[in-house]
Amino acid sequence: MDDEALLERILAGDRDAFAELVQRYQTSLVRVARYYVKTEASAEDVAQDTWIAVLKGLERFEGRSSFKTWLFRIAANRARKTGTREYRVINLDPTDPVASARFNDQGMWIEPPAPFTELIDTRLANTEVLEACKQAIRNLPEPQQSVVTLRDVEGLSTSEVSHLLELSEANTRVLLHRGRAKIREALEGTLKGGYSWH
Amino acid sequence: MALTKEITCHQAVALVSNYLDGALSWRDRRRLEHHLADCDACSAYLDQMRVTIALSGLVSPDDLSAKALTDLMDVFEKYQRDQTD
Repeated sequence: MDDEALLERILAGDRDAFAELVQRYQTSLVRVARYYVKTEASAEDVAQDTWIAVLKGLERFEGRSSFKTWLFRIAANRARKTGTREYRVINLDPTDPVASARFNDQGMWIEPPAPFTELIDTRLANTEVLEACKQAIRNLPEPQQSVVTLRDVEGLSTSEVSHLLELSEANTRVLLHRGRAKIREALEGTLKGGYSWH
Repeated sequence: MALTKEITCHQAVALVSNYLDGALSWRDRRRLEHHLADCDACSAYLDQMRVTIALSGLVSPDDLSAKALTDLMDVFEKYQRDQTD
């Protein structure tokens, strides 16, 4: 069921629909709140306040943006008010520390990446691979983790992500690139580690 | 004479994420595509990045803790009471 259908049910008083919507977004909401606030506990408080605001504002939600965008905007605004952390000044090293070790002085691969498309493609829903991916995202430092969560996990646009996290689009893209590169590397490592694919 | 300046594998890899998001300038896009046409390793990297992004989109949220669920259902019940008041 899509978000909008759940919203209609919630307006009609459907408890389960609310529980499903919460389950769908709570992890990412807490993640994004955590970007601004200092502790996990206050991130959870921000998420709870967000749901209160969502319920209060639901009747007035006109669907000019997607529900998802609206939801994360509320969370980011609330977290910003609560939070003290400052990520806006980010030192972006022009060289890429993630991949440097893989290349020689001429910029050529020392050890080319082993293709894993065939191995994974048919098993996109393989729980072990997804678990490795989830763990890799969780291991990303901030602000890469929030950028990847909003862009690739939740599927928001880069422009929306940069607004929510108060980053320039250029910075957002660099952070996204680095985060994705690390996840790719982790998946490559997982595959080399001899997963059983049967 | 080549119209596009050739890039190294290291430089190509740095362009892949933006390439997949359609965020490269046409010059960089041409440079990367020229490079990919001749480079199996970077083409493999591109495929891996595509898969990586797709996988991230399939990651499921954590299950809510019992406490979080109870708290949030309290929120809902309060909302309903307020509606009927």
